[in-house]
Amino acid sequence: MKGLRNYLNKIKPRFEEGGRLHAFRSVFEGFESFMFVPHTTSHTGTNIHDAIDSKRIMSLVVISLLPALLFGMYNVGYQHFTHVAAFTQSPLTAGFWEMFLYGFLAVLPKIVVSYVVGLGIEFIVAQWKKEEIQEGFLVSGILIPMIVPVECPLWTLALATAFAVIFAKEVFGGTGMNVFNVALVARAFLFFAYPTKMSGESVWVSSDSICGLGQTVDGMTAATSLGIASTAKVADAYPAFSWDMVTGLIPGSIGETSVIAILIGAVILLWTGIASWKTMLSVFVGGAVVAGLFNASGIDTAMANMPWYEHLVLGGFCFGAVFMATDPVTSARTETGKYIYGFLIGAMAIVIRVLNPGYPEGMMLSILLMNVFAPLIDYCVMQRNISRRMKRVSTNK
Amino acid sequence: MSQLFSKKNREVLTSPVGMNNPVTVQVLGICSALAVTAKLEPAIVMGLSVMVITAFSNVIISLIRHSIPNRIRIIVQLVVVAALVTIVSEILKAYAYDVSVQLSVYIGLIITNCILMGRLEAFAMSNAPWPSFLDGIGNGLGYAIILIVVGFFRELLGSGAILGHTVIPQAFYDAGYLNNGLMLMPPMALIMLACIIWWQRSRHKELQDK
Repeated sequence: MKGLRNYLNKIKPRFEEGGRLHAFRSVFEGFESFMFVPHTTSHTGTNIHDAIDSKRIMSLVVISLLPALLFGMYNVGYQHFTHVAAFTQSPLTAGFWEMFLYGFLAVLPKIVVSYVVGLGIEFIVAQWKKEEIQEGFLVSGILIPMIVPVECPLWTLALATAFAVIFAKEVFGGTGMNVFNVALVARAFLFFAYPTKMSGESVWVSSDSICGLGQTVDGMTAATSLGIASTAKVADAYPAFSWDMVTGLIPGSIGETSVIAILIGAVILLWTGIASWKTMLSVFVGGAVVAGLFNASGIDTAMANMPWYEHLVLGGFCFGAVFMATDPVTSARTETGKYIYGFLIGAMAIVIRVLNPGYPEGMMLSILLMNVFAPLIDYCVMQRNISRRMKRVSTNK
Repeated sequence: MSQLFSKKNREVLTSPVGMNNPVTVQVLGICSALAVTAKLEPAIVMGLSVMVITAFSNVIISLIRHSIPNRIRIIVQLVVVAALVTIVSEILKAYAYDVSVQLSVYIGLIITNCILMGRLEAFAMSNAPWPSFLDGIGNGLGYAIILIVVGFFRELLGSGAILGHTVIPQAFYDAGYLNNGLMLMPPMALIMLACIIWWQRSRHKELQDK
């Protein structure tokens, strides 16, 4: 670490005003402050500083996402090899490392594309506005590849990332000013612009061979459990609950399948105090209550009859609850507001799943919808507090 | 003739196309700009219809501006606009039935277009017929141009076609290119419009808000 510090100090003058590499000043600063906590402090007024800055928060969130990402890579390989084996009716020969390596090679280009496009735009904007590089994309950049199907084309991913960074973040003023969760805007863009690559039966399991690993097959299909339930004709035709749904060995978006891996991430987030347990808990409560109501309502569709606990473990529900709903920028900020915000996300997600057969997964839309309402919820909570205290003043007189 | 196109009159005609555009600067008529621009053809027809109606309602109101009682001027203006809208709507039904079906209620809803009432109130009520006519043409043109630009990009990126003719070669689709379905939905019209406004304001410092 000491050597790196010395090296950075040595090359620093080249990036200062007038230096040869001045055009890359923001890149250098971004990298330097990512590796080392900057020593500069504010010179004016009184400031309250947290012990860690936002770059450190971002790196902790990335660490908490790693279990889900690594499992997602393994699952991409696992799904590929098991589905190909079943499709070609040949025995399953691949071992753990072969599966993981296959998934790693399938997912890595997506991560690279997302970071290159997103950070590229951030660096350009920072350089152009003569500001410090903003760190917000560190998390969005890893979230975006984790919430798309494995067969999503790279160029659409690049387009969606650029769209989300420009129209959901930069036009609102950059990191911390966005109304919508950036990663979810990218997903929503993909979902509505290229629906054939974001839903259906041919995108969830990779059907190509990568670097000699795996096997290229044509016409292989695999639906997600929610996809099966939404197209089922009979009321009890939803997939039966199985432990694979909890461990995550089912087709789905890359990072969303494993409840256990997401749970590890949730523990890290809660233990370090970055995410709010109130939001997280109330999302699950909201989902469970509404799904329970649908179970009891007697509506005869498979989605409505799917048990509430199955609703909670399938699709993006856990991933959204842990990593998206708790996003400190776009969620409600008052403590009471967090309960309302989270509850409504869970409730809306199940309502969309059950009542709209066109959208088997409602988590993305429900979080985006509640992002809009978060400031209103905060406003109401604060007004209520103000009027309560005003009343106390007037009765004491 | 030189009188007819004096400097002032020329400005009346050209300023709404650029620096005083009714859509991008005054932000009027957004509703129809979102609704009819998924394809280029209805966007052109809509733009032309609005141009014709704005021009002629401006002329008519300007001609009778001295005899309109001030208290009922809005209702008089509405009657004139409604009559013109009905005529345009009937003409479209007779000669361009397919487009009129695509535009559906939006031709009838020109009557509620803020640009029309705005021009009648702000210009025709206090100016002679000829400048009013130019003002109507200019504002209609400013509206039409924005609609056509938005419609062009939405049809090109959303359906890979221009005026119904496919222009994106099959080789692109074979290579994995896909039409952007979001372009056909109204939100994208709003974003296209925002991009035009963005481009215009970044070029002209005087349009930027303080």
